[in-house]
Amino acid sequence: MKDSELIVQGAEARLYKGIYLERTCLMKERFVKNYRHPELDARLTKDRIRAEARAIIRAKSAGIATPALYLVDLERRRIYMEYIENSTVLKNFIDENISGKMDVVHLLDFIGRGLGTVIAKLHSMHIIHGDLTTSNILLKNNSIESLCNNQSGAEAQFVMIDFGLARMDSTLEDKAVDLYVLERSLLNAHCEVPELFSRVFHYYQQHYQNKKQCEEILAKYKQVQARGRKRLMVG
Amino acid sequence: MVIAIGFEGSANKLGVGIIRDQHILSNVRHTYVTPPGEGFLPRETAQHHRKYVLEVLQEALDDAKISLKDVDVICYTKGPGMGAPLTVTALVARTVAQLYNKPIVAVNHCIGHIEMGRLIAGTENPTVLYVSGGNTQIIAYSQQRYRIFGETIDIAVGNCLDRFARLLKLSNNPSPGYNIEQGEKLVLLPYVVKGMDVSFSGILSHMEEHLSKWLDTKAFTIEDLCFSLQETVFAMLIEVTERAMAHVGSNEVLIVGGVGCNERLQQMMNIMCEERNATLYATDERFCIDNGVMIAVAGLLQYKSKGGTPWTQTTCVQRYRTDDVYVSWRK
Repeated sequence: MKDSELIVQGAEARLYKGIYLERTCLMKERFVKNYRHPELDARLTKDRIRAEARAIIRAKSAGIATPALYLVDLERRRIYMEYIENSTVLKNFIDENISGKMDVVHLLDFIGRGLGTVIAKLHSMHIIHGDLTTSNILLKNNSIESLCNNQSGAEAQFVMIDFGLARMDSTLEDKAVDLYVLERSLLNAHCEVPELFSRVFHYYQQHYQNKKQCEEILAKYKQVQARGRKRLMVG
Repeated sequence: MVIAIGFEGSANKLGVGIIRDQHILSNVRHTYVTPPGEGFLPRETAQHHRKYVLEVLQEALDDAKISLKDVDVICYTKGPGMGAPLTVTALVARTVAQLYNKPIVAVNHCIGHIEMGRLIAGTENPTVLYVSGGNTQIIAYSQQRYRIFGETIDIAVGNCLDRFARLLKLSNNPSPGYNIEQGEKLVLLPYVVKGMDVSFSGILSHMEEHLSKWLDTKAFTIEDLCFSLQETVFAMLIEVTERAMAHVGSNEVLIVGGVGCNERLQQMMNIMCEERNATLYATDERFCIDNGVMIAVAGLLQYKSKGGTPWTQTTCVQRYRTDDVYVSWRK
């Protein structure tokens, strides 16, 4: 990769932007975590690079917007993928355009619809993201102008990234926990917009293919939620 | 100048601490230690607290060189914790408050750890990793609440370590997890991280299941197993802490709670922090482990911002989440 520059250091990896085969490319390097035992680190890194690559491919074939995969280099702990131009991390978008602002109902609905639909699609294909937060979703910049007149294509504007904790699994428990992780992260990171999750959930149920299974997920989700909230805490 | 006294007895540690504004005058603790292979149960723990509470109180007053008349505000742990031990300390605190006609403040145990950690380590707005025998939470402050970004979805990390130590019949003095020794061979164990949440119960059952096979075939020693358990669960904790930091854009970490005085955990956290130009704040066993001072510190902050707790609300509860507390004393 040519002209690579470090753009951000996330929790998992360093992200570099550069040119690969004449395309703008994002290189994600899961650098050695020195705090972890070397054996554990090697195993986790390998598992996650594999999981990420597999999930991206599966998600893409399910019609979900994800970066295109260019190259996986397990030796050097790197994944090369498409650099999504003109996009904003959803968390920043919400912080800048929604938190503490008036008249944002249409924006909230747009995000709820987009997220709900995308996650329903993922889960319908038995893809568990594993780390659903607004830091792991990109929103295409041009979507903001077109959002009012083109409600049906909302989900195409949301690009899912960071599939490192993803798994292919069809158990209800996993899907319910995935939703629960999202709910908690929305509540914590965006406490000014407490209604966001209920909107996501509403559209999730609307777009989940198998209605019977969706009801089972809902029931399981309530169990998971109760487990977390009412946990006996002794300290 | 305001003098506050704190009573803590939510688990097997009984503590009384006295502070004058931000200065610690005394910090006395008595721990209920059970025989190897056994944990502490509510009834016996409460009996222990009843037996020692007046002694501990007197010692705390003597160390501080004051009498109860000089105290301005009484603070006690409202929860979370075991019911029976909680009621013992609440009863003593309420009695003292009535006898000397002092205001009383009910304190959330977890908030006590956080506020004490902030005070001792001198950090303004850190991401907090709270790890103890009963709690495992990754907390960050936002909009008048300590919000739980990640937590265990089953048992606490300290509970996992302690239960494993009990399986091996290690001594409970000072704590079972403390006596986990160091080996060098790593056993592959389940590693369960879901977003910013962690799970430990699977690791414990996995170890229970394979323990005798591992030891009988001499594939691994007891030391190796302890080492592997510690390396695995701590790596999970550091990982989710780092994820929370990246998510909220924080570059300070504070470790609190009993497991927080583990030096390997602190070392691992420090390496993580160095790799992302962040700063680690940690305290030692005087303050990490449950104590009375932490209750006094949090209680005093609460008292200064909105006064004492109304008498009818000075109860205790076993379940009391960190994010239930409205943090009126921070911006």
